[in-house]
Formats: sequence, structure tokens, C-alpha cells
Amino acid sequence: MEKKWEDLTASEKQEVQFQKLLVPKDPEGNEVKFQNAEAGAKYKANVTRIKDAIQMKKTPDRVPVTLFPSMFPYHFAGVTPRDAMYDYDLCVSAFKKYMLEFEPDMHIGATGPGPGRFYELLDYKLYAWPGHGVAPEHGYQYIEKEYMKEDEYDLLLMDPSFYFRNFYLPRAYGSLQGFAMLPPFTGILEMYGVAFNFIPFGLPPVQETYKKLFEAGAEAMKWAGTMGACDAELRALGYPTILGGYSKAPFDVLGDTLRGTRGIMVDMYRQPEKLLKALEQQVPIMISMGISSMQQTGNPLIFIPLHKGADGFLSDEQFKKFYWPTLKQVIEGLVEGGCIPFPALEGFWNSRLEIMQDIPEGKTLWMVDQSDIAKVKETIGKKACLTGNVSSSLLQLATPDEVRDYCKKLIDTIGQDGGFILSNGAFFDEGSAENIKAMFDFSKEYGVYK
Amino acid sequence: MSVTLVQLLSDLKEDETKKYVEGALEKGVDPARLLDEAKEGMNIVGQRFSSGEYFIPDLIYSGEIMKGVAALLESKLKEVRDTKSKKLGKVVIATVEGDIHDIGKDLVVFLLDVNGFDVYDLGVDVPVQTIVDKVKETNASVVGLSGFLTLSFEAMKKTVEGLEAIGLRNKVKVMIGGGQIDGRVKDFAGADAYGLDAMEAVKLAKQWIGG
Repeated sequence: MEKKWEDLTASEKQEVQFQKLLVPKDPEGNEVKFQNAEAGAKYKANVTRIKDAIQMKKTPDRVPVTLFPSMFPYHFAGVTPRDAMYDYDLCVSAFKKYMLEFEPDMHIGATGPGPGRFYELLDYKLYAWPGHGVAPEHGYQYIEKEYMKEDEYDLLLMDPSFYFRNFYLPRAYGSLQGFAMLPPFTGILEMYGVAFNFIPFGLPPVQETYKKLFEAGAEAMKWAGTMGACDAELRALGYPTILGGYSKAPFDVLGDTLRGTRGIMVDMYRQPEKLLKALEQQVPIMISMGISSMQQTGNPLIFIPLHKGADGFLSDEQFKKFYWPTLKQVIEGLVEGGCIPFPALEGFWNSRLEIMQDIPEGKTLWMVDQSDIAKVKETIGKKACLTGNVSSSLLQLATPDEVRDYCKKLIDTIGQDGGFILSNGAFFDEGSAENIKAMFDFSKEYGVYK
Repeated sequence: MSVTLVQLLSDLKEDETKKYVEGALEKGVDPARLLDEAKEGMNIVGQRFSSGEYFIPDLIYSGEIMKGVAALLESKLKEVRDTKSKKLGKVVIATVEGDIHDIGKDLVVFLLDVNGFDVYDLGVDVPVQTIVDKVKETNASVVGLSGFLTLSFEAMKKTVEGLEAIGLRNKVKVMIGGGQIDGRVKDFAGADAYGLDAMEAVKLAKQWIGG
């Protein structure tokens, strides 16, 4: 008898996820048809190559090569980030143009720009985006603030969903002000008094908020439909995506999203116990966020952009106390759930590598920006697949020959026995197509394992 | 000998610092003297940061403690502060046009300030002309340009060209820094130096201005 999902080991779960990717099915459960036999074979070879690199059990046929761009594909296709955000069909056609030109072994879909009208409907405050706070030709940018106040830890700790709905969301989204008037749902208990709980839904600001939500929901569905069709079309041509969603380090949830850099750093001194409790509270939340994304998309790779644990942001002692323990638990929980955590070491992490090397073997993928890649290989890289380290400046400003030289060096030094996917190290907007082409063409040829 | 304000602040003792200042004011100690001592404490924080003893959270927390001290002294200090202290030199700082990131820039501003430089912080997304005008107006000898995104490479280059266009380029030193900045970007932008962390900006400014 087949084992139940929950009885499978982490390795078995990961294998099941890869097998699903290798024999993809449509929503009705029928096997997906590829454009032709060649596309089907290419798809399978691409997934297998990525799988072998991540699992580190056998050496792939060659070093997989991919790219993790922000707005580059749209610039490349002559579409401004503004237009890519507001015209979903244009966004997808630009992304396809980019895909067919560079043919990465896996891709991350055209979801990067996101639905501009959706953000507008909800009056999103966390970012400035093209045509809405930044120029149409630039990408969106984060506006960090103390969206959670320093005296609100108890509220967050008592009921995070209530806190997010009634405090965080109305601050982060102008159109969600009505949420601040809602009661906690946990008070809906008995016949007597139950109707009192629903009075706020009769108030005009709450109804206004719900109207906006319905509109925003419809817009998100429209956008997601276009994006899903793009993934399916690219898959039929032989190009897989295995990116299933994202999660975050608990410290970054508090530090990026809620309290901001200044806020969380001061909290480390003024209220460390509460901060630690809030970080622990985020662990199961971040694990289930990744697992449910995987279940929805069928893709196991869960991106975890890492920010405030980078070199210099914290002392090693602070890193060991506040950053790493809960991040480690999130990584382990995601692995247990069958996901492939994909942490991105943005910036420099040289001083953290030894602390972070205690991770499950063959279950994670790490994106390396500017850290010493040889050192990463000797630590995290002993147990995990690495990707990245081709710098933004190299891809934008160098000559194709310099790009080829760097890729050669990477393959020679850390790509020798699998466990390596060649790519850029940090998400980027501007880049030289000639240089990126050189990266792909050279590495696909030179990276063949003999 | 009893503990001093300099020690308390530089050791990041927030409550004790506050109590010390309150007690000293009650005893009639000159608030200007207390401010000087607090500044000396901040100076030590900056030194500890540069020697690797302190990290960014310590810097930020020291800034918070200093804010508290300043709030206590503010009403007592009638004279405009800062007039007595001699500055090492003028530095104009900005995040370049198109980029709205400020964490790195703010750290550089903070460190230059506690190290005794006269810092003109122009904020984020600053057009070339605004930077050029400020350099001209202040006669600053160092310009620091910050950028987190790849778009900043071009914006930095244009800013350096802007300085060149009005004949100021050889009168100032230009340093750049931020997420993806490296030697290649420095050459592309025509800057004099780049830094990988905030302390580098202080080292460069000291090297160029002296102090």
C-alpha cells in the first residue's frame, strides 16, 4: 500500500515533488502535452539537471544555468516596468521573448512585476512602483517604516492574525482602513450576543473596504490567470519553473515588514524577550506559508530572501541569538514538509557561513550574492547546492570576455562535482543582453560534466 | 571615581544615561558641558564601530540614547548648539536619482557626523542638479553617492559628469557605495573610490580631508 503523505520522510516527499514535476499534469489530472517530442525531452532534461544539482546524489549532465532577474526581461524586450505591471499580456509576451532568447534551464515566471492595478486599488503603501513614486522605467522599491509600533508586541503575540488584520494591514494598505473596525473572530461563540460581532460589517468604512477587496481579488485572479497560462505555455516548450512561492526569516518578517531596521535593532536592547517570542511565533507561520504555496503551485522551491542577517548588520553573537535559530527552524520545517528552501544570501555573509552550515543535506538551494564563493562552498556548499555569484556589475558593465572568464572560474572552482547552478547573484533590472547571452552560451558548453 | 556620562553613553546604558543627565541638571551642571560629554560618548561609539567591537544595532541604539539626552537638554540650551565644535570638513551625501533606499546612506551620514564631519544629507532620489548645486553652495570637498539598485550605476555616472560640467570635478573627491557597487562600477561612474561598508566612507573622508 502507498504510504500516506504525512508518513513519508523528507527525502521521499522531495522525491514525490520532483516526480510530479517530471510528469506534469493539467488541473484535470491529464498528462500535459508538450509542443513536440523534442520539447518534452528538453523539459525532462532540464528538471532532471536541476534535481541532480540540488539533491547532490549524482552529478548532472552539465552545470545548470539560469537567471534570477527583476525587471531585466522587460527592459530586454523593450517594455517599461510600468507597462509590464499594468498590461499583463504585454508582460507575458516580453517574458517569453526573454525566455526564447536566453533559454534558462529553469525560470521564475513573469510574476516579478506584479499587478499594478491591484496595488493601486488597495492603495499599497509599502512600495513605490513605476509611475507611482518612481519613474516608469525603474522597478518598484521598498519604503521601510515602523508599520508595527514598539508597544504592540503583546497584541501581535496574543493573536497574529488579528494584529495583521486590524493594525498592520490598515497601515500598509490605504484601502483596508475598514479592517481596523473589525472584532476578533474568536469572540463568535454562542447564540446570545453573536450578532453583536457582525455589526461592524454594516458600517460604511468596512463595507467600502470589502468592495475594494472584491475588486482587488478579481484583479489578482485576472493577473494570476495570465501568469499561469504563461508558465504552462513555457512548460509546453520545454522550460520548467520549479519556484513555488516564498517565505522569510522570522527576523526579517519583524525587521523588514513590521518594525523596520531601526525599530528591530532598538528592540534587541529595549525588549529582547518580546522580540524573541515574536520571532518564535513566526516559525510555524513561515513554515506553513511555504508549504501551502508548494501545495497550491505544485512547485517545491521556496524562495527565502535574507536581509538583516548579513555581515555587519548584527554581531555574530546577535546573529546567533536573534537571526539564525528561528531561520534554521523554518528551513528544517520546510524540508520536513517536502519543500526545497531557497535562501538568498543578499550582500555579504562571510562571517555567518560557519554558523549556518548545520543544514539538512541535499535539500536546499542557496543563492550567493557577493560572499566569498569558495568559502561558501567549503561550508554550506558541503551539504547544499549553490547558485549565483555572477555580479550585477559584471553583467551590466563588463565585456562578454570578462563574463566568460568569471563563469569559467566559477565552474572550475566550485562547479566541479555537481551541487552548483550557474546564475547571477542578486536580482537586477539593468543588464547587457550581450553579457547575459555570453554567460548562458559559454556556461552551457563549458559546464558539461565529463 | 564615579562613572561618567561619556562611559555610560558609550557603553549603551540607556536608563543610567538618562538618570545621570537628569541628576546633573538638577545639581545645576552646565547643559552645554553635558552635551559635549554626550558627544564624546558618541565619538567613542563610532570608534568602537570602526574597530569591529560594535555593530549596526549598537550604532542605532546609541543614536536613540543620544536623542533622549538631547531631548532633556534641549530646553536648557538657549544657545544654538554645534557652533563651538570645529568640523573636519564638508561632505555632501545623497542617494542618487531614481533610487529611494536610505538605510546605507543614513549609516554613512551618522558615522561621518559622529566622526566630526559637517554632513549635508540631501536624502534619496536626488537629481544631479541638486547635488551639483549643493557642492557649489557649500564648497564641500567630498561627495558621497549611494545606490542600492543597478539603475544607480548610470545615475552615479551622470552625477560625476554633472560635477565635471561646471568645473567642480577636480575640486572634490567622489566616493560611492551600496548594494551592488564594486570597483567596476567605480571606474564606470568615474568616482575616486568605493566602499563596501559605512566605515569605509569615514576612512576615505579622513584620508582626503584629514583629521
